[in-house]
Amino acid sequence: MKISESWVREWVNPNIDTENLVAQLTMAGLEVDAVEPVAKPFSGVVVAEIISTEQHPDADKLRVCQVSDGTEIRQIVCGAANAREGIRVPLAIVGAVLPENFKIKKAKLRGVESNGMLCARDELGVSGDSAGLWELPSDAPLGADIRDYKNLEDKVIDIDLTPNRADCLSIRGVARDIGVFSEQSVIEPEIAPIKAETDRILPVNLNAGDACPSYVGRVIEGVDLRAETPDWIKERLARSDIGSIHPAVDVTNYVMLELGQPMHAFDLAKLNGGIEVRKAKQNEKITLLDDKELELDSEVLLITDQVGPLAMAGIMGGKDSGVTESTTDIFFESAFFNPLAITGKARNYGLHTDSSHRFERGVDPEIQEVAIERATELLVSIAGGKPGPVSIERLDTGMPVGAKIELRLSRIERLIGCSFDAENVETILRRLGLAILESGEDRWLTKAPSWRFDLEIEADLIEEIARIYGYDKLPERTLMAAQPIEPHNEAINSARPYKTQLVSRDFREVINYSFISPELQNLCFPDENVVPVQNPIAADMSVMRTSLIPGLLKTAEYNLNRQHANLKLFESGMVFLPSESGPMLQENRVAGLMTGLRTPERWANNDSELDFYDAKNEVESLLSQKASFVPAEQGAVAHPGQCAKIVIAEDAVGWLAKVHPKVVSSLGIDQAVYVFELREAVLRENLVPIFTPLSKFPAVRRDIALVVNKNIPVSDLIEEIERECGELLIEVRIFDIYHGQGIDSTEKSVGIGLTFRDYSRTLNDDLVTQKVAEMVEHLRTSHNARQR
Amino acid sequence: MDNLEELKSAAISAVEASKDLNSLENIRVEQLGKKGQLTALLKGLGALSPEERPKAGAKINLAKQAVADAIEMRKSSLEEEAMRVALAKETIDVTLPGRGSDVGSLHPVTRTLNRIEDIFSSAGFSVESGPEIEDDFHNFEALNIPSHHPARAMHDTFYIDATHVLRTHTSPVQIRTMEDREPPIKVICPGRVYRCDSDITHTPMFHQVEGLVVDEGISMADLRGTVSQFLNSFFEADFPVRFRPSYFPFTEPSAEMDIQCTACHGEGCRICKNTGWLEMGGCGMVHPKVFESVGIDPERYTGFAFGVGVERLAMMRYGVNDLRMFFENDMQFLEQF
Repeated sequence: MKISESWVREWVNPNIDTENLVAQLTMAGLEVDAVEPVAKPFSGVVVAEIISTEQHPDADKLRVCQVSDGTEIRQIVCGAANAREGIRVPLAIVGAVLPENFKIKKAKLRGVESNGMLCARDELGVSGDSAGLWELPSDAPLGADIRDYKNLEDKVIDIDLTPNRADCLSIRGVARDIGVFSEQSVIEPEIAPIKAETDRILPVNLNAGDACPSYVGRVIEGVDLRAETPDWIKERLARSDIGSIHPAVDVTNYVMLELGQPMHAFDLAKLNGGIEVRKAKQNEKITLLDDKELELDSEVLLITDQVGPLAMAGIMGGKDSGVTESTTDIFFESAFFNPLAITGKARNYGLHTDSSHRFERGVDPEIQEVAIERATELLVSIAGGKPGPVSIERLDTGMPVGAKIELRLSRIERLIGCSFDAENVETILRRLGLAILESGEDRWLTKAPSWRFDLEIEADLIEEIARIYGYDKLPERTLMAAQPIEPHNEAINSARPYKTQLVSRDFREVINYSFISPELQNLCFPDENVVPVQNPIAADMSVMRTSLIPGLLKTAEYNLNRQHANLKLFESGMVFLPSESGPMLQENRVAGLMTGLRTPERWANNDSELDFYDAKNEVESLLSQKASFVPAEQGAVAHPGQCAKIVIAEDAVGWLAKVHPKVVSSLGIDQAVYVFELREAVLRENLVPIFTPLSKFPAVRRDIALVVNKNIPVSDLIEEIERECGELLIEVRIFDIYHGQGIDSTEKSVGIGLTFRDYSRTLNDDLVTQKVAEMVEHLRTSHNARQR
Repeated sequence: MDNLEELKSAAISAVEASKDLNSLENIRVEQLGKKGQLTALLKGLGALSPEERPKAGAKINLAKQAVADAIEMRKSSLEEEAMRVALAKETIDVTLPGRGSDVGSLHPVTRTLNRIEDIFSSAGFSVESGPEIEDDFHNFEALNIPSHHPARAMHDTFYIDATHVLRTHTSPVQIRTMEDREPPIKVICPGRVYRCDSDITHTPMFHQVEGLVVDEGISMADLRGTVSQFLNSFFEADFPVRFRPSYFPFTEPSAEMDIQCTACHGEGCRICKNTGWLEMGGCGMVHPKVFESVGIDPERYTGFAFGVGVERLAMMRYGVNDLRMFFENDMQFLEQF
């Protein structure tokens, strides 16, 4: 909310400069976002009147003006389209210094002498309409310094209010809080009741229960809304970023800014019968002031007449009943709408107005009559007219009663950590406007003032005590909470060990968004269901990822396009898997991507490109348990012949693959890419070692070469060998895979190193030879293997 | 016998002149071998009288020993020389880079999270986590943010369905922790959070660390001590920390915590927008309604909670000037951490 500093200071004027005032507001919880001077620094600009204009002899767009500042007439050449006889405008006289240190000198424009410059708003660093000269009111005093006349030393303070401080959404509210802080009394403007000059009233029916328990109205007949709103009102509105429309609207806006009561003005001639406040009928329609047509649900509170809706209560008026410049009889509304009746409604229809902003946070329920008197006073003074009596329609129930809140002295110390004496507490409570209903030595029963919707419980009052005392004076101490030593689970690591390992193996960690584009998801996993985001920030971030791989591919694409040809990336994060039957699964995963050279390009490294087995080695090195790798498919993302499911104890914990060439080329990548993805929980497993005694006996190694059909997975052979050889076999190494000369093209030769050891005796050579021979014989029958 | 000295010095000269181990061996055989010249002298002792023999024998042996010593010396010096030559041949350019792989890096967010976790772990906090798609109860209701509460507008929420959202803060983890555990509770909840907002200073996903302490006798003084000690530990400096009144539905009293600008030390600069202070996050005393929603007695227990943005801490710590870089994953950026 933007407010004029000088306006606030009319209400309360502590003897501190702007900087300190702003610091005080911020430290009071009314955070000041910005302080902007109303105008940039300049000097030597006065109010002047254009006496006459004539066309410049040599320039179509220039006019030669005779300008008077009341004592002297100067000739000024001016290019503004609105430069015309009789208007008063700012004149920068010779010697003036405009913003950006622009000095005004005597000059000749196309041969005609000019003794100064007539100014537009932007030329003086003043916000607002800058098309043409800044036209001043016709009663602006000639020769007056424009800075004084327009109060341009003023500053606009932009306060970022938290939702609880609805009471500060007005000059009155901010002044009140400043008054509490600076211990100054607030001078409220005198708002006297305006006598009725007619007895015309408009009947009001309240049929919405608690939603609208109080409705104050007033008819004013015979207004002239073509009258000009006074400059001082316009300026104050402008400093709060509110434009001037016509006196009726300007006055309601002014009262809202001043007192915090949003009001509405209806054109009486357009109303049919009295006012009814009620909930909308389902699908009832209304066309709003901004021409938007809405179909409403039955939760929306309406102001209606006998024919239909006039306004969305507390949010926005309707088009049909709106006041225009030609309106002569108006009806002012100054109502109390319950915050719960308004809150969320505007947002449901994509609306947010100054009025809804205030009502949904809470408007002082005791200000409606004052507001309508203030508005009447202002409107009549501008636009004339005869006010009728103030009509007050009020239900017996539904008005906020103000919570009765108990406050205990001991609780203050418990919550904020320092003790207060009872007298100070009571002083603070009174300054805040709380009524003290009961007062004990160390406890009070209080009632919150009507404007403080946020004070409901004891903790709220304690915050107020702390706030007024000063948060910066609160004590500080080292936390002494109980701290038992918890059991430490060795079998589960944090994420650090596996991340550290990947980093030491030249992987870079990346973090991608959890939502990806549906196209990318489809490219990788066309058959998977996804969790869509209902209100995505962009189309390419509209589905939750079911795998980390698409994000890694995107990252690879990004960096490959930026001359990083060799990448090893990993990411750790959550994926989101919808389920037909139960709740969706949210699972932490770790994934890696590798592409380019196996080792960095360097004199001592060979330039070989990495392949599937490099990726597999990374996976193997990450697992603490023995895993099997089963040929598998993985959506459309995996190469069908280079993809394995990773299985531990019959549980598929992940997969690795060469990325399908189609996917790679769709991303504009022209090199092989390998990926793996695992459940994070598996990488955090940490086997707790169990010691076995060392053998004192030597091991025996036998190397064999088996020729088998090339489609037989080596893991089958190893499994068979392990089963056949039993416990004596302690290690199997595949030391060679050979295709080529001497081997049929349908076959391969597998070099296998077998290590045997017994823990109780030296192994008998013959026994080992016999075991190996039996095993080879078995493989001959089971896998048609022969020894080479 | 007469030429013994002559023979000895000739032999020693030959030893010293030998150029390699082979010729040295030849000399040894020549002089000291079975048929060697000095050995031959010993054989000639028979021609002497028994009285002369021991004396002459001793002389010869002394000469032999002198020659043998010379050979031994020469041998070790030739061996050393040979080793020197061999090693010289093996000299390589030790300035060439080593073989094999480089080392990668952690993402700066992880690096920062690790630091935060280390700092709080050392003070006895445990680390908790929770789901990122949250139900309305844990993300809002239990935190005293009923539907239509104006505070919901403070959270630009991504919706999954009518009752599920992408969590807008890690506070739901606090709720889950309080549901599961009895006080005393002393946890931090790091994690990804989501807000429907994207511009120069906002990304739709970012990281938070929230802390929660619940016990008997916890006050705002503990909160101030904890967050100011944390911030000073994190920045390895002694910056003043200030509290400002603020509002969060789930804490009362609530505060914004600011740290004195780490760039200008409070003088006022571009980074702190001339205020001398940098906003670090929100905090406050746990609201009684939050305690009630998780079944903790607010009369017996008090607690505090705080939240800080991880990217913001990382930006300040490492001087990163654009939030969006954290999620572009440009190698040029990641390689710096």
